[in-house]
Amino acid sequence: MKPLGIDWKPLALVPALALLALPLVGSASSWITLTAAGLAMGMIVFIIASGLTLVFGLMDVLHFGHGVFIALGAYVAISVLGVFPSWTASPSIAANLLAVLPALLAAMAVAGVLGLAFERFIIRPVYGQHLKQILITMGGAIIGEELIKVIWGAQQVALSLPEGLRGAVLLGDAAIQKYRLLAVAVGLLVFGLLTWLLARTKLGLLIRAGVQDREMVEALGYRVQRVFVGVFVLGSALAGLGGVMWGLHQQNLVPQMGAQVNVLIFIVIIIGGLGSTGGALIGALLVGLVANYTGFLWPKAALFSNIALMMAVLLWRPQGVYPVANR
Amino acid sequence: MKLQRVLSNDLPRSRWLSALLLALLLALLLTPWLIPGVRALNVAAKVMVFVVLVASFDLLLGYTGIVSFAHTMFFGIGAYGVAIACTRLGPTWLALGLGTASALLLSLLLALVIGLFSLRVRAIFFAMITLAVASAFQTLASQWSELTGGEDGLNFKLPDLLSASHRFSETAWWGVQLDGRLLCYYVLLAVTLLLFLTLLRVVNSPFGRVLQAIRENEFRAEAIGYPLVLYRTVSSMLSAWFACLAGVLLAVWLRYNGPDTSLSFDIMVEVLLIVVIGGMGTLYGAAVGATLYLMAQSYLQDLLQLASQALSSWPLAAALFSPDRWLLWLGLLFVLAVYFFPSGIVSRLRGSGGGGSGV
Repeated sequence: MKPLGIDWKPLALVPALALLALPLVGSASSWITLTAAGLAMGMIVFIIASGLTLVFGLMDVLHFGHGVFIALGAYVAISVLGVFPSWTASPSIAANLLAVLPALLAAMAVAGVLGLAFERFIIRPVYGQHLKQILITMGGAIIGEELIKVIWGAQQVALSLPEGLRGAVLLGDAAIQKYRLLAVAVGLLVFGLLTWLLARTKLGLLIRAGVQDREMVEALGYRVQRVFVGVFVLGSALAGLGGVMWGLHQQNLVPQMGAQVNVLIFIVIIIGGLGSTGGALIGALLVGLVANYTGFLWPKAALFSNIALMMAVLLWRPQGVYPVANR
Repeated sequence: MKLQRVLSNDLPRSRWLSALLLALLLALLLTPWLIPGVRALNVAAKVMVFVVLVASFDLLLGYTGIVSFAHTMFFGIGAYGVAIACTRLGPTWLALGLGTASALLLSLLLALVIGLFSLRVRAIFFAMITLAVASAFQTLASQWSELTGGEDGLNFKLPDLLSASHRFSETAWWGVQLDGRLLCYYVLLAVTLLLFLTLLRVVNSPFGRVLQAIRENEFRAEAIGYPLVLYRTVSSMLSAWFACLAGVLLAVWLRYNGPDTSLSFDIMVEVLLIVVIGGMGTLYGAAVGATLYLMAQSYLQDLLQLASQALSSWPLAAALFSPDRWLLWLGLLFVLAVYFFPSGIVSRLRGSGGGGSGV
């Protein structure tokens, strides 16, 4: 058989970690619950991180304002869900999904449009200047967070799950929350679509080539910057989508949520390797699993578990598990 | 010339800048006599702490060209070191010294580990990793309440010599009581000056030149034979030390420390803003920027209050101008400053227009 040329070692990390945790957790049923929770969290984090890793990889833009789009998406969703009170309160899952779907779409649309504006006014003037990019996107993030406070208020808001998505499915003794299954499904859908886009379309080819070596693609006559605008908008929209998922997962929103999630996202991207969506998926799953296992086994260490994980990966592969960007 | 040696040959090189710095020094020296009251003294002390904090950050951002978001973590370590030692061991000089020493040691180790892990790979990882570590540390400090006092923080006492109850003289001099609080203020001023001049010495040493060379062109600096990781890590360790000492000064002055006073991300943003406004890559920028910023901060909130009242008939506009949203306007100011004013006040005053730091 023809060798596929896939680097399997990082792929094996996720099941290896899960199996390693099994004897530590002890009971199989809590292990299943924890693993499902970890995978669901990982999938949500992946949705948010996938766009950002391309932004980092493609244009070498150090974007520290991604968190704003997460919070924005979640807040838009809360406004949209408020329009369909009867559908979210109905026990039928179909009606719930009918209410959640427009919320997701609206969050993506608003985040995408604002991403376009963010790219135009905040990022475009500072292409190629790393220091200024960090500073200015940070400034943009502060402005965005404050604007969210102006519109939706500075205090914490509850975002309750629709009626039919609450509760858990029993698998033997193990309880898996229904919402987590939905999160995994949405995450897989996003991953599938992204993989299709990147692997099977001309645009995806350009994106991947641009991540690897932008100058060469530009020398061939393509305007990578135009592609980048598209990638940035897509990334912002995905952040909005992920923000809704994250908000429903946490069941409450604070304007600072973006900055909190941002930290996780950076860890995921560093683990995965800048510019690699596959790496981001693995990083996100690892982060989700580790967070849940340590939260259960040793709650005090949960804070530092992700950083320890990142350091361990960097010791093994200093450029992340799948180094792509040729810089 | 003596002065030249004290300033490490890095003179202000501008009449206006010299005047400004001189005025600042005089104002700090005379604040207890010129403006009576606790508030002015507190503002002056905060200015001093921030001059050290911002100058130490400039060593990293302006001179070495790397962005760290963990600077307030070291600031907090210094403040917590003193606070915890003085709470546990009582108000003795030993506790003060021990707290400072252990805080310095911890900052050094943390900076070393972070530097070796992230600077080894790519300098841009440093920004992300420091952000992650700093946020974990902030959560740790607010949750480990047996040691840190949690969200409430720690109130503690200092040796009697530095407290207001210690009188050196029964009579007031020109209306100012000569008590331990005044001594504390001048100790703070002396230490601030010393730290600032030491930093000036560092950035103007051969070591500092190498840092600037790395900032300007890392490839070339490496080709000449300077190990990047070593220089960057030492720079981040030094900057962590000075930030830690700034934290010690803060805790000594306030005799209190909590997560919001020294660790909060808002302080990190303020430091970034001050460095950018004052001018990256010049320590005088830190001094000028910190002073202007801290004065503007209270001023801006008053101004917003007025605007908000004037606009009270339009709720959305009133919300935009509410004093609670002052960070919004600072953020806007920050973005505009990075665009149109990247060389900062000091380079403007020096008349050199575009300074380096186009990294």
